[in-house]
Amino acid sequence: MIYRIEIGLKPGVPDARGRGVIGRAKSALGMKIKGCQTRDVYKVDADIKRAQAKAIQMGFADAVVARSALGRLKAPGSFDWMLEIGFKPGVTDNVGRTARGAMADILGRELAWEEQVYTSLQYFLKGDLTREDVLHLGKDLLANTLIQTIQVFSKEEWLTAEPDLTAPVFDDHPEIKVNVIELPDNDAALMKISSDGILSLSLEEMRVIRSHYLSDAVKAHRAELGMPVWPTDVELECIAQTWSEHCSHKVFAGTIEYKDAETGKEEIINSLYKTYVKASTKKVAGKIDWLVSVFTDNAGVIKFNEDLHLVYKVETHNSPSALDPFGGSMTGIVGVNRDPMGTGMGAQLVSNVWGYCLGSPFYDKEIPSGLMHPRRIRDGVHDGVIAGGNESGIPWSRGFECFDERYLGKPLVYCGTMGTLPVNVGGRPSERKEVQVGDWTVMCGGRIGKDGIHGATFSSEELRTESPAQAVQIGDPLTQRKLYEFLMEARDLGLYRCITDNGAGGISCSFGEMGKYSGGCECELKDAPLKYEGLQPWEILVSEAQERMTLAVQPECRSAFEALARKRDVEVSFMGTYNDSGYFTVKYDGKVVASLDMDFLYETGCPKLHMKGVWKKPEIPAPEKAKGGNRTKQLRQMMGRLNICSREYKSRIYDGEVKGLSVVKPFVGVNADVPSDATVMRVEYNKDRGAILAEGINPWFSDLDTYHMTASVIDEAIRRVISVGGRLDRIAILDNFCWPDPVQSPKTPDGEYKMAQLVRSNKALYDYTIAFGTPAVSGKDSCKNDSTRGGKKISIPPTLLISSIGQIDDVKKAVTMPLKEAGSLIYMVGATKNELGASEWNRMLAEEQGNPWNYGGDVPVVDAEAALAIYRAMNKAQDEGILLSSHTPSKGGLAVGLALICMGGGLSADIDLSKVPMVGKRKLKDDEILFSESNSRFVVSVKPGNFARFEELFAGLPVAQIGTVTAEKNLIVKGVKGATRIDTDIESLRKPFKKTLYGI
Amino acid sequence: MKPKILIITGYGVNCEAESSRAWELAGAEPVRVHLNDLLDRPVQMRGFQGLMFIGGFSYGDHMTSGHVFALRVKHHLREELQKFIDDQKIILGVCNGFQTMTKIGLLPGLNGEYFEPKVSLMQNDCGHFQNFWVNLKFDAKSPCIFTKGFDTMPLPVRHGEGKIFTTDKTVIEQIESLGCAAARYADAAGNPTKEFPANPNGSLNAIAGLCDPTGRIFGLMPHPEAYLFPENHPNWDVQKLNGTLSAQGLGLKFFENGVRYLKG
Repeated sequence: MIYRIEIGLKPGVPDARGRGVIGRAKSALGMKIKGCQTRDVYKVDADIKRAQAKAIQMGFADAVVARSALGRLKAPGSFDWMLEIGFKPGVTDNVGRTARGAMADILGRELAWEEQVYTSLQYFLKGDLTREDVLHLGKDLLANTLIQTIQVFSKEEWLTAEPDLTAPVFDDHPEIKVNVIELPDNDAALMKISSDGILSLSLEEMRVIRSHYLSDAVKAHRAELGMPVWPTDVELECIAQTWSEHCSHKVFAGTIEYKDAETGKEEIINSLYKTYVKASTKKVAGKIDWLVSVFTDNAGVIKFNEDLHLVYKVETHNSPSALDPFGGSMTGIVGVNRDPMGTGMGAQLVSNVWGYCLGSPFYDKEIPSGLMHPRRIRDGVHDGVIAGGNESGIPWSRGFECFDERYLGKPLVYCGTMGTLPVNVGGRPSERKEVQVGDWTVMCGGRIGKDGIHGATFSSEELRTESPAQAVQIGDPLTQRKLYEFLMEARDLGLYRCITDNGAGGISCSFGEMGKYSGGCECELKDAPLKYEGLQPWEILVSEAQERMTLAVQPECRSAFEALARKRDVEVSFMGTYNDSGYFTVKYDGKVVASLDMDFLYETGCPKLHMKGVWKKPEIPAPEKAKGGNRTKQLRQMMGRLNICSREYKSRIYDGEVKGLSVVKPFVGVNADVPSDATVMRVEYNKDRGAILAEGINPWFSDLDTYHMTASVIDEAIRRVISVGGRLDRIAILDNFCWPDPVQSPKTPDGEYKMAQLVRSNKALYDYTIAFGTPAVSGKDSCKNDSTRGGKKISIPPTLLISSIGQIDDVKKAVTMPLKEAGSLIYMVGATKNELGASEWNRMLAEEQGNPWNYGGDVPVVDAEAALAIYRAMNKAQDEGILLSSHTPSKGGLAVGLALICMGGGLSADIDLSKVPMVGKRKLKDDEILFSESNSRFVVSVKPGNFARFEELFAGLPVAQIGTVTAEKNLIVKGVKGATRIDTDIESLRKPFKKTLYGI
Repeated sequence: MKPKILIITGYGVNCEAESSRAWELAGAEPVRVHLNDLLDRPVQMRGFQGLMFIGGFSYGDHMTSGHVFALRVKHHLREELQKFIDDQKIILGVCNGFQTMTKIGLLPGLNGEYFEPKVSLMQNDCGHFQNFWVNLKFDAKSPCIFTKGFDTMPLPVRHGEGKIFTTDKTVIEQIESLGCAAARYADAAGNPTKEFPANPNGSLNAIAGLCDPTGRIFGLMPHPEAYLFPENHPNWDVQKLNGTLSAQGLGLKFFENGVRYLKG
């Protein structure tokens, strides 16, 4: 029996949620709504009597401010339209799940599996609106029709309609069967099988699979098990997931013929990953003693102190976020939480980071059909990561946004998590992974549904119109939090032997990966808990339903493990055992439905890609020089530009202080409103040693040369750590490559150039991680960031995020960027060069001149040797405590850097550009000094009395006093010839800086 | 003897580490007990002198914050809670814990009624979660044992539903006349304010924290357990230079007051 409960606020109680709808409709859709009252609807599907339903109704409502009814709650006195938004069948309904638990408590009994609660939201709207307006509001602001339903009623219709008592039950009961798929000797037929099944397997791969099944050994193995000759759908799906670009990184593993057309040099590169990423880390590893586990596990592990290691991972979740920004990004953050959780013996989670590359929220040109407006994507992505992070109790510490219209097709959504791992767990090194024959194969956490089926194969493709909606998962932070606490408890009690996360590919990947440690695995799909009936065996195997971890549990620990899980309300299923058969074998109801040779599946099977890359330096014109000489107006304008302005409004919705360990927060300064160079946090309550997180990203430099882009973002990620006081000898980095499809093909005619960009980026990664001694300890690549929706191809610019993790011996010595004291001196550390290429200044000029892409010029380069000498001296100066402040300029160059340190400190800077240390063939002009985004530089302030020591420490380096700090709250800059270039009070800088994205 | 403090964990509350640390630093012995374990054996509450409902997102804040956690506690722990109160023990709630306490009815606990909700903590006027530091002004005449001797204090807020609200004017009048409004949001000068952002949620009478008329039961939205280190303060870098950096985080004082009360 289904009962309907409606809950609304009492008269006189303000409806903040309704007011929010009015505000968002106005700002995002330009729609004027006069009034909006919201109500919560619960449809309770349970075997209960009316009196019990009444008790549930009373229990669900907050009697102080709300009124409720069983059935229909009296409509508000005045409204014109009623919009109701609910979930489609089978979509995760987190509130419904909680309400179900509350119902069990009110009824005082356990519920049957079918007894469920379904939620929806009502909006009673007032205003001069048409039915189309209300539908528009529903479709384009409040709901995502991929996963939600929309109903619109006029006032008359609502008042006469019978209450809706239908529940969105997933009620599909197809015949459960395993299909055998014959692979014919026909290219077209093979490709049809691949594309119809969203397998994303290439013809070459289909051919390899076909030959594999025709080999004698495979035939014999299958005959022995009584299996058909050809693969089952379970097997083909499992291979497709494992070999997907998302899981097996074929672009980074493939062979590349690379030609540098500038030098004429040609070379063959056997795997970018092995040649550059892994090789550089190996080389650095020989010189340092603090790498614990790199590249082999779900996250990188480095030493912190005698008790703890640090664990760090950054992921992307681009494709799901394009389809459902909220659900996709929430899955991104709770998904990356599971990486440290599944690293070594399982890490404790300490801090989250996020970063998004998006189209402008103010984009006013036509959006290709099938794509969402970037503002909507941005709102959804923020909301999803906010909900996921806040509800998990993990503070954020870094966040960034890059805006460019080339991200319209695919937004980039980076989420990362830093954690700690005890050096030893149960008396053995915590990073060691082992599984013994006979250990149980255990899945724990959430149930399996159709959500996330084909996530891995889908994200390995461009975004097409027919991209599957079911590829979207919705996270459930509460279920994961329960799972996480349970696992930490189980870990410390020694109740499992090994752990990994369930991400892309679901258990088809995680069971097999764990099976690699023992040499084989067998599981029974019938033992997996399902969200609803009707799932085919292959769907159970590849579903990417969230909040699940995979474990190996020792036989003797099973009962204790299960008992603890029951007490912590966490579902666990013992689905099979690990063995050393060499096969990944899957049963359904006792019958073998898959048995795959693990060597073929993971090591030898997947054919290597052969790709070509040709590098030719692009010719991008530089903008014309700016007229006049005073830059006060331009600086104020620049402070408000989208890629410079404050991100504080959205950032304040994230919880940055849970755990109470923060030291240098994301925002610093007397008003806590300017971004810090890096964040510093304690990781333990009883120690002053700290961790530091920062990042570097600059997709615009990629347009000129990805080699120098890469060098620059590595340098930025490192120098940010140095700026706050991090030790140079303890910095590790993570690389996240997001690239447009770099494989030459008819739909990617410029693939060879994009591949060359990728090669050059990798070469720089190799050169600079070695030069700086900052190894890459973990990374990820995503190489299909293109969209063809609406018939328009949009490719992202090559984007490399470098995330850095540093350490500081004593957090109390951390240095922040704002100016601190009138009377102190401002020094510039590091040389400025004429490097305006792709700078914020050139991009601003190019836009003003009507040629927005003409932002060429010399791209900033990195002189690692010179940088190292500066970083060592900075470390000494900070250790001696002689720096009052330190800031490293990045986007917007010295000019923006000066503005920020003045705003942060609420103090004045008097600057003389003629003193700025420079390198170049000729003397630099004022605009070049102000706006070049040269690397490896700092603007520091030093207390009177420490000048001599400061200059001693930096002797021989490009360092000079460029100004003084005074109390007036102005920024005054004189040019090389003495003319005033900038003269402004700092509030005139702060205002545009804070205005652009405030409330957006 | 160190007083024993019960910290209830599980189902999405998440400030157990810093809350435990706060009580430890204050000289108490905090013990974390999972809600399910407590519901299994409610009598274990008798071994404690203090109870803390910590911050977090119990049940994901679904069905309004603290609601479902409160429902469970009320269903299963009512008798033991009443005994806990009758035995003159202390109860502290922070953020989600405060929300839970109002939904149980523990606060404001007027007229000796601890299981009838009288006020609610509603969605912030700004419509969403906020995390920044606010200035609190304390009522010197309040019976609250946790805020004794306080004048003003900076603390971080991290909530989406922190607006104290009721349509019943007599409840607010009673709260005011009994000194139950122990903490209010104040401007830089220390004057209680309705203006955002100094008042982050639009709370009635700028109330940030409520105690019951005995002063032993107290809940507040800002997080004292997130200010145990002097370096938690957003301006610690300036304070360090001008000599105003405190030796310990000021939030610790709440917990020290609690322990002082228990030690008599």
